[in-house]
Amino acid sequence: MQPFTRLDGLVAPLDRANVDTDAIIPKQFLKSIKRTGFGPNAFDEWRYLDHGEPGMDNSKRPLNPDFVLNQSRYQGASVLLARENFGCGSSREHAPWALEDYGFRAIIAPSFADIFYNNCFKNGLLPIVLPAEVVEQLFRETDAAEGYRLLIDLEAQTVATPDGDVFAFEVDAERKHRLLHGLDDIGITLRFTDQIKAYEARRKQEAPWLFA
Amino acid sequence: MQPRTLYDKLWDDHVVHVEPDGTTLLYIDRHLVHEVTSPQAFEGLRINGRKLWRVASVLATPDHNVPTSDRAAGIADPVSRTQVETLDANCRDFGLTEFAMDDRRQGIVHVIGPEQGFTQPGVTLVCGDSHTSTHGAFAALAFGIGTSEVEHVMATQCLWQKKSKAMLVRVDGELPPGVTAKDIVLAVIGRIGTAGGTGHAIEFGGSAIRALSMEGRMTLCNMAIEAGARAGLVAVDERTIEYMRGRPGAPAGENWERAVAYWRTLTSDEGAAFDAIVELDATAIRPQVTWGTSPEMVTGIDGRVPDPAEAPNPVKQADWTRALQYMGLKAHTPITEIAVDKVFIGSCTNSRIEDLRAAAEVARWGLRNGRKVAAGVRQALVVPGSGLVKAEAEAEGLDQVFIEAGFEWRDPGCSMCLAMNADRLEPGERCASTSNRNFEGRQGQGGRTHLVSPAMAAAAAMFGHFVDVREVMR
Ligand code: SF4
Repeated sequence: MQPFTRLDGLVAPLDRANVDTDAIIPKQFLKSIKRTGFGPNAFDEWRYLDHGEPGMDNSKRPLNPDFVLNQSRYQGASVLLARENFGCGSSREHAPWALEDYGFRAIIAPSFADIFYNNCFKNGLLPIVLPAEVVEQLFRETDAAEGYRLLIDLEAQTVATPDGDVFAFEVDAERKHRLLHGLDDIGITLRFTDQIKAYEARRKQEAPWLFA
Repeated sequence: MQPRTLYDKLWDDHVVHVEPDGTTLLYIDRHLVHEVTSPQAFEGLRINGRKLWRVASVLATPDHNVPTSDRAAGIADPVSRTQVETLDANCRDFGLTEFAMDDRRQGIVHVIGPEQGFTQPGVTLVCGDSHTSTHGAFAALAFGIGTSEVEHVMATQCLWQKKSKAMLVRVDGELPPGVTAKDIVLAVIGRIGTAGGTGHAIEFGGSAIRALSMEGRMTLCNMAIEAGARAGLVAVDERTIEYMRGRPGAPAGENWERAVAYWRTLTSDEGAAFDAIVELDATAIRPQVTWGTSPEMVTGIDGRVPDPAEAPNPVKQADWTRALQYMGLKAHTPITEIAVDKVFIGSCTNSRIEDLRAAAEVARWGLRNGRKVAAGVRQALVVPGSGLVKAEAEAEGLDQVFIEAGFEWRDPGCSMCLAMNADRLEPGERCASTSNRNFEGRQGQGGRTHLVSPAMAAAAAMFGHFVDVREVMR
């Protein structure tokens, strides 16, 4: 996993609440058995005018000019600004894979769905919760200034605007540590092998039927 | 000892290690695996030369991509076929138990887990699927995970978790006839919203919940995720224990007595503190129908499509406007005037035997009264949740009732719940569906989904539009 430390990124706004993972990456692309290559199909049904299927040459498909991420001013964005309950619905990790593959490294919203929030951290993608009124302000500023960027500092847990506003955000110490260093969860957990075995030995006494 | 909630007890019994910030290494007893969210996890294990920690903790089956008719012909779509074959190969390579597509026990993961007694009270159970909350009906701590976590559980038998808050949804009183668990949970979501349970595990309690069958409790917990909660829970009672008795995976012999004694402790203690409490009066719940593109956009069958002008805030107003446009509905339209093109009875929410019986009862009523699936309905699918549910329904003659009434009787799988196989809505088509998500494009691009109970879906099929099943069956 690539580490996340600081990001100075162009912001793209997605002004709708309850964006679900079906919308982030439609189901037909879930048939892939790979982890990469989902970016061109992120938001497929909103982004293209035709119906997308796996294996199509996406560069030849007609883009929906009304979809915000297709506007030229947002090309190359790495920060996604979103509304409440972002990432609700299906647990598919293909959603963060698609966003990451598209080029996003951070998502800012007033709230996230739990599973999606959790999945982001496994993929070097930083979900940031900011108060609704701050998110509202960022939407206004993004809209008003072309080329609007935010400076995100994970170590300091801050988001800074070009005007010098600095907003602090919360993140679990453990998750932060792993993201900062790009650590592999499984490797860390296997260091607890003795504890896991001790738990199993104890549990086998208490509830033998679980291991029958 | 301080009184504990059911969630506290399940949590406490699975703690392996706690970090200073509270992040906990939690032991996982059971792992359900399907073809969509597992291939990258197996790939990860292979790349790193890792083995499964405990092979016996896994039960796998293909469900999302499988065809629901003419199965002997195999899977036509090559991409779907590859995915299912990849699961078969992975299970073979890693020595996992799999109910493959031609196994009579194959079915939707959330149907076969309980059916096999693989799901048990007091276990932690995960699956790369958000509707894993279903298994909480057994007082199991069950929740959906992403593919990285699937790999993590396979390699370590554990997950890093932060404890959630606990919410109690108490539903008291007797449900009116024709009103079901599906209507309860839709009413709950209508009340608290799709993010209402975020960060919480929801325990459902109260006399109306205790009166539900295990099937009904599964329907309820299935949709806890639609209220934003990763886990739903119902306390153990005699009904839970009776359901477990004799299942293939249930504890046997002396273990049975020990297990039952433990299971009986799996209730929230008197006086246990919840972070939030929501109360509903069961007697006031009507059959529910969703009108929009989020499960919280729901009303009673006697209601109308709402007017975005009356939305509580500007964000919701924009949502409702977009939803009505997508759904092709006008504000103030009575729900009973909405005509449907297709009907889908199935999914991990409502594809168990009790659901099929409820739908068949309406179909029988139709046949007695000279009604079949209405002329305007292009397709009415009944898709049992598993091969065993299918066999049970056939033994009761339900298949014949459905077929005679004009429904199609299919093989088990997710089917039109998410349209990864050939069963889907065409753009603009409107469906009465017993599934759990009415998101844009969920049942096929441009398709329009109305979530309802099995009886309401069957009634909509017979009339060609939504009707109040309570009046029909009177
Ligand atoms: S039936 Fe639908 S919701 Fe349930 S597991 Fe299958 S796709 Fe998911």
